[in-house]
Amino acid sequence: MSAPKSLFDKVWDAHVVRKIEDGPDVFLIDRHFIHEVTSPVAFLGLEGRGLGVLFPNRTFATADHNTPTINQHLPVQDPLSANQLKALETNSAKYGISHWGLGHAKNGIVHVVGPENGITLPGMTIVCGDSHTSTHGAFGAIAFGIGTSEVEMVLSSQCIMQPKPKKMRVNINGKLGKGVLPKDVTLFIISKLSAAGATGYFCEYAGDVFENMSMEGRMTVCNMSIEMGARGGMIAPDETTFAYLKGREQAPKGEAWERALAYWKTLKTDEGTVFDIEYTFDASEIEPQITYGTNPGLGTGISQNIPQAANVLDGAASYAKSLNYMGFAENDQIIGKPIDYVFLGSCTNGRIEDFRAFASIVKGRKKADNVTAWLVPGSHIVEAQIKEEGILDILTEAGFALRQPGCSACLAMNDDKIPAGKYAVSTSNRNFEGRQGPGARTLLASPLVAAAAAVTGKVTDPREFL
Amino acid sequence: MAYDKFTVLKSTAVPMPIENVDTDQIIPARFLKATSRVDFDKNLFRDWRYNNDDSPKADFVLNNPIYSGKILVGGRNFGSGSSREHAAWAIYDYGFRCVVSSFFADIFKGNALNIGILPVQVSEDFLHKIFTAIEADPKTELEIDLPAQTITILATGEQESFAINGYKKNNMINGYDDIDYLQSMKAEIAAFADKSLY
Repeated sequence: MSAPKSLFDKVWDAHVVRKIEDGPDVFLIDRHFIHEVTSPVAFLGLEGRGLGVLFPNRTFATADHNTPTINQHLPVQDPLSANQLKALETNSAKYGISHWGLGHAKNGIVHVVGPENGITLPGMTIVCGDSHTSTHGAFGAIAFGIGTSEVEMVLSSQCIMQPKPKKMRVNINGKLGKGVLPKDVTLFIISKLSAAGATGYFCEYAGDVFENMSMEGRMTVCNMSIEMGARGGMIAPDETTFAYLKGREQAPKGEAWERALAYWKTLKTDEGTVFDIEYTFDASEIEPQITYGTNPGLGTGISQNIPQAANVLDGAASYAKSLNYMGFAENDQIIGKPIDYVFLGSCTNGRIEDFRAFASIVKGRKKADNVTAWLVPGSHIVEAQIKEEGILDILTEAGFALRQPGCSACLAMNDDKIPAGKYAVSTSNRNFEGRQGPGARTLLASPLVAAAAAVTGKVTDPREFL
Repeated sequence: MAYDKFTVLKSTAVPMPIENVDTDQIIPARFLKATSRVDFDKNLFRDWRYNNDDSPKADFVLNNPIYSGKILVGGRNFGSGSSREHAAWAIYDYGFRCVVSSFFADIFKGNALNIGILPVQVSEDFLHKIFTAIEADPKTELEIDLPAQTITILATGEQESFAINGYKKNNMINGYDDIDYLQSMKAEIAAFADKSLY
């Protein structure tokens, strides 16, 4: 009998075209997503070398990073952004790549539209010039972010050259407490492992906490894998995965579906597989989380105080710099901190379940006067669902407006910038200095924590409202 | 894009003893709007380097004339966060050819190697020795010998070995790149892709 293999090994090994001795694997890519920011120089490179796109039907383009989230029917005002969006359109047309640009009915954030249209499937290898490509691992795919040189490699040869990462598994079993969402699970893991704790590894999430999660929840968890340094994260596909995919536009149909399904059912880690490192937590340890520092590892349970330097993994000088930027001090209570902005959206928490969770708290309440709230759906499909389900009415009644899809304030490339010195409770993925605008101060949290902050104007334990 | 070949580099170094230097610090997202590789060096460490009115921040190391060189020395977990290759471009175009740290984020490390920056990972102890040596004398030179895979603090003779796979090492020494390699095996790739389920 052959040695037991992990889910990760099975998918990786099936895609190695060539192994280079004392070097990387030449690795075949099944699906390649591109957006306007990290692709133009790759296309220039192709031109410079006189190369074409080897398999244009395996690359998908969507505009998201730069797009405005209001008045999308008008010309984009920032000339640089408009130029990048135009370049994506022109390059896609030139090489025959499917392009869902601004205004297209299926436009949205790349990591939202891939799965919801059935482009992302179990067992695939998926890359994009964006580190949150790890999102697609929720389907049992190997998915990770790449640089622009690698975008050029995939366009020209459908391959990249990668050394195989080491294997990590994070196991969580038990029942999650009231008000604890998938975002809290991932922020909890990252706070335990630190922002660099999984560097060099590819992470599998296992245990009934993940088995019982929806696909949206699994995407939130896998999305954040990069925030602990992991190249990606993945969860074995199961009936939840198959039910989500069945009937999606680009998912296989009829006989092809049955054939794919039979293969997908083999995609799980064999009994007895040994991981390079393994962590186990109990679901009961996790309360709603929030970050207080300038990397995603600097987070804690919302009822806790900001830790002392001796109790965090970062060095004392870096920790002091981080708290200074945030305007916080060791031992501060986090609950009750006044906030100015709330951002619901991004590839981490811009899906329908996130809007349902947010609405569950703001229903029948009012937005706090001191809060500016930006609610940004991950795609037009999510936007339509928000309207169909009556969530928009709840939000409007509570004093919130819905914006149009895009990456928005997650990285503030468009006009959605948090002003310097202001505090934002954000459902996105990074709290780095200036990430949401120069001088902006970000507290990462779940949609429930964001909703509780939006109606109270300060950091509030959402369990008070549930 | 072609890059300078790398064999032995002897240079002074710029010290940045900060952990978790993420790629949003190296180059903030709002400076990623170009459609060609120009001027990224101007916005390298933009928000640490300049005030809002574009005046230089006197206390930032790149604005301190006593530090210069082709080597950037950073704290643990250098290059974390976003996959933007623009971060590596900004560092290269500014004039750095090597980044030394005790730990690199994966994507940054790959991007650096692909564009001709050598990431040299040293022990925490050796990193501390480098910072101490530069603090004592900003003119301290480091020697990075890629064929021998060693890094040396020339003033003290202290030396450490670093790891790099043979394939990438050969690329760096000769200025080769992965795209040419992949082009050379296109038929093999096409045959493999034909059998793919997807």
